[in-house]
Amino acid sequence: MNEPLPDENVHRRWLARASFVELNARDRARALLDPGTFRELLGPFDRVRSPWLPPQGIVAQSDDGTVIARGRLAGSAALVIAIEGAFQGGSIGEVGAAKIAAALDLALTDCQRGRLIYPVLILETGGVRLQEANLGLAGVAEIHAALLALRAHVPVVAVVAGLIGCFGGMAIAAGLCSWVIATRQGRLGLNGPEVIEEEAGLAEFDARDRQLVWSVTGGASRRASGFVDELVEDDCEPIAKMIGRAWARGVPRIHASERVAPMQHLVASLGAQGIIDPNAIRTALGDRSIP
Amino acid sequence: METLSFHYPEALLPVARRAQVGVVGSGDLEILLEPSGPGGARVMVSTAVEGHGEVWRAVLDRFFSRYQGAVAIEINDNGATPGVVALRLAQAVERLTP
Repeated sequence: MNEPLPDENVHRRWLARASFVELNARDRARALLDPGTFRELLGPFDRVRSPWLPPQGIVAQSDDGTVIARGRLAGSAALVIAIEGAFQGGSIGEVGAAKIAAALDLALTDCQRGRLIYPVLILETGGVRLQEANLGLAGVAEIHAALLALRAHVPVVAVVAGLIGCFGGMAIAAGLCSWVIATRQGRLGLNGPEVIEEEAGLAEFDARDRQLVWSVTGGASRRASGFVDELVEDDCEPIAKMIGRAWARGVPRIHASERVAPMQHLVASLGAQGIIDPNAIRTALGDRSIP
Repeated sequence: METLSFHYPEALLPVARRAQVGVVGSGDLEILLEPSGPGGARVMVSTAVEGHGEVWRAVLDRFFSRYQGAVAIEINDNGATPGVVALRLAQAVERLTP
């Protein structure tokens, strides 16, 4: 059956929406927090930046592409960690990783003292910054450890808005979060499409084929296969509301990353022969929905 | 990568606030603008594209021909065109007024 044509209100709603995807990291944090409550920790004027990029001929950004903000979201004390995708592909270097891990640790200290701080990570990142190699890797490991400690006390929410998406070690970070929210524009995957193509060849994965890339890693596909808990429109207010709803759900009884045996069983059942098309993945993973 | 510095001793109007705009993304730049000490305005540019010192001078000369704030400006550039630089400078000044 044909879908009815959208009426005028649909157009008006579409035009009235405030795009979250189009904002930079700082403006995203500001847009989520209640008006007038945004307060940045280690902001651009503190000039805590990468010491490793300029010796390699790369201009450093004053905040290393990581925005840490405190404020209130729907009245709750909130910690917003937003990664700037436009700076070095949102890559995580020593400084950015230390800022994120330290912010999560501070939130943990507060939570342990009975003062709940609700954390949300806006993940726009290709993972570890290759120019900072082992320091970036060590930093991402610290973020993982901090997430594991914090998620026992308070639900940690990840938002994958796009267009960079969330890959590499930071996709593992997303996987460790209590709840994951994504837009259709967002992408989530361990290895980025270009990496798979480079390592395994064009026949394995054509990174230029946007339809293929989004059908595997895109927000809608990841929602269908249970890696994303909620799919949202690219609109600031509904995204902020959804973050609040995820916090209200509380700490999951079992985190998605603790369900190891069912995943092992699933991977074994898929086998490694031939190409598995995106629909088969959706069908196979679809049952793994999160209550 | 190249570092350039400029000095505009005649820009002496006191400035009370500071502003940050832009991102060191492809074809874009980050500008940090804050009150400078005595002695006018100073600009420090770090740019990924080498050999365009004269273009930077021309863009900044034009900016300070209309703006007299005693500001310290830090620019972190990743290949922004002169038009983008001029727009970002104007945006930074706009952010100084509450």
